[in-house]
Amino acid sequence: MSEASAPLSPWQTARITRIEKRTPRVTSFFFALSRPFAYRAGQHVDVRLTAPDGYQARRSYSIASAPESGAAIELAIEKLDDGEVSPFFHEVAAVGDEIELRGPLGGHFVWSDSDGGPLLLVGGGSGVVPLMAMVRHRTLRKSAVPVALMFSVRVWDEVIFRDELISLDDRRDGFDLVLTLTREAAQRPSDYSRRIDTAMVMQAQARLPQPPALAFVCGANAFVSAAAQALIDAGISADIIRTERYGV
Amino acid sequence: MVTRGFSSGRKPPTETDTRIPPGQYLEQGFPVLSAGPTPRVRTEDWSFTLKHGPRPIKKWNWAEFNQLPLTKMTRDIHCVTAWTKFDTAWQGVLVDDILADAGIEAPTGFLLAHGYDGYTTNVPAKDLTTGKAMVALLYEGKPITADHGGPARLLVPHLYFWKSAKWLNGLQFTERDEPGFWELRGYHIYGDPWREQRYSGDP
Ligand SMILES: Cc1cc2nc3c(=O)[nH]c(=O)nc-3n(C[C@H](O)[C@H](O)[C@H](O)COP(=O)(O)OP(=O)(O)OC[C@H]3O[C@@H](n4cnc5c(N)ncnc54)[C@H](O)[C@@H]3O)c2cc1C
Repeated sequence: MSEASAPLSPWQTARITRIEKRTPRVTSFFFALSRPFAYRAGQHVDVRLTAPDGYQARRSYSIASAPESGAAIELAIEKLDDGEVSPFFHEVAAVGDEIELRGPLGGHFVWSDSDGGPLLLVGGGSGVVPLMAMVRHRTLRKSAVPVALMFSVRVWDEVIFRDELISLDDRRDGFDLVLTLTREAAQRPSDYSRRIDTAMVMQAQARLPQPPALAFVCGANAFVSAAAQALIDAGISADIIRTERYGV
Repeated sequence: MVTRGFSSGRKPPTETDTRIPPGQYLEQGFPVLSAGPTPRVRTEDWSFTLKHGPRPIKKWNWAEFNQLPLTKMTRDIHCVTAWTKFDTAWQGVLVDDILADAGIEAPTGFLLAHGYDGYTTNVPAKDLTTGKAMVALLYEGKPITADHGGPARLLVPHLYFWKSAKWLNGLQFTERDEPGFWELRGYHIYGDPWREQRYSGDP
């Protein structure tokens, strides 16, 4: 897809309309855009905060909501205690505040129903956010594309979007959720309690009717490196693996 | 627009401030970004090809390439995801020295850099020559790790870092400025951090 003629994405103000705590460390912020834009599942926005003296901090956040879910976009932000922007959202931002953002951004880590599948999604911690947009897009489009989501977090209480994911899993409509808790025992019979490895990827793959046509891996850098290697060792071609790294 | 309740706690001191392009922040670590898994390229298998359009001009294997003059370059680098890192120390072969070894001068005004992962990125020839850019082989005196684009990566420090293609295996002169991988996916065709040319449509 050529995006040489991609629409411009100027800075705009967006108002926080709702704040919802997802886990002890992750909170969702819903924004009403002053200039609504169309986007694809997996894309992100850049957010910038401006201090009274003109100093600005800018960070990227993936869009968690599906493109068809209405004008508001959802960002799910994990608090890093010694960070600059994420603690601002957790400790200062309130409903009614106006925040500057631009988007949609990123044209590689994206999926639409029309791109087909099966899909293998692999997320670590807040790396699940763009994958959640893909899962929600699939649901709202009533897509039949088989999707397996492998989601790694430390403990059960850190499973972002837990109720929503489990209820989607329960539908048995071609979406499969594989949770792995790295610091706690598995809570569901089909889940794991270790880091993602090759054997786990092979078993997750086997839940799909055919081998994946596309795989998306997202999370912190170390997670993405290890998980992408596990996919390759499980026989998945590097050509079909797309990664998004959240940095440190 | 001032953001309610946000203060400039991390504002860098003025002497470093002038080294940080607009919208960037100072990073001590070295984050890794790439579009796909990390290719592991063994130096035995590595080669580098200089092309003009489809036509190869010269090809070097690892040993041959390492015979070319090594130059040190210590520069600030700027990633489009908003981090800037000061004083990164590289050693490698200047693009000027590659062209000299091939016995040519830039035949066109544009190049595409190619990586082992299929990645491409476009850079004008004038931004790669006259000592501005190199094919880096060492980072802080050691071979560049696969995560950071080793065995060899392009280093064009004055442009956003996605232009410094990882896992480099060739440079190709093109007649026109042909957008590469990220440039086709919404990123700026040139990518000057001082003019904040992040995304297509930025001035
Ligand atoms: C494409 C993309 C999408 C993303 N999507 C999401 C998402 O959906 N959800 C999400 O939560 N995150 C996401 N991120 C990560 C996000 O952009 C931020 O990096 C993250 O929120 C941390 O920002 P921060 O300002 O809180 O922390 P920063 O201030 O950037 O610090 C990050 C860490 O680095 C250290 N650090 C760096 N500089 C300093 C300093 N000067 N002083 C002290 N400590 C320092 C701190 O230890 C801290 O823990 C995404 C990143 C990318 C690139």
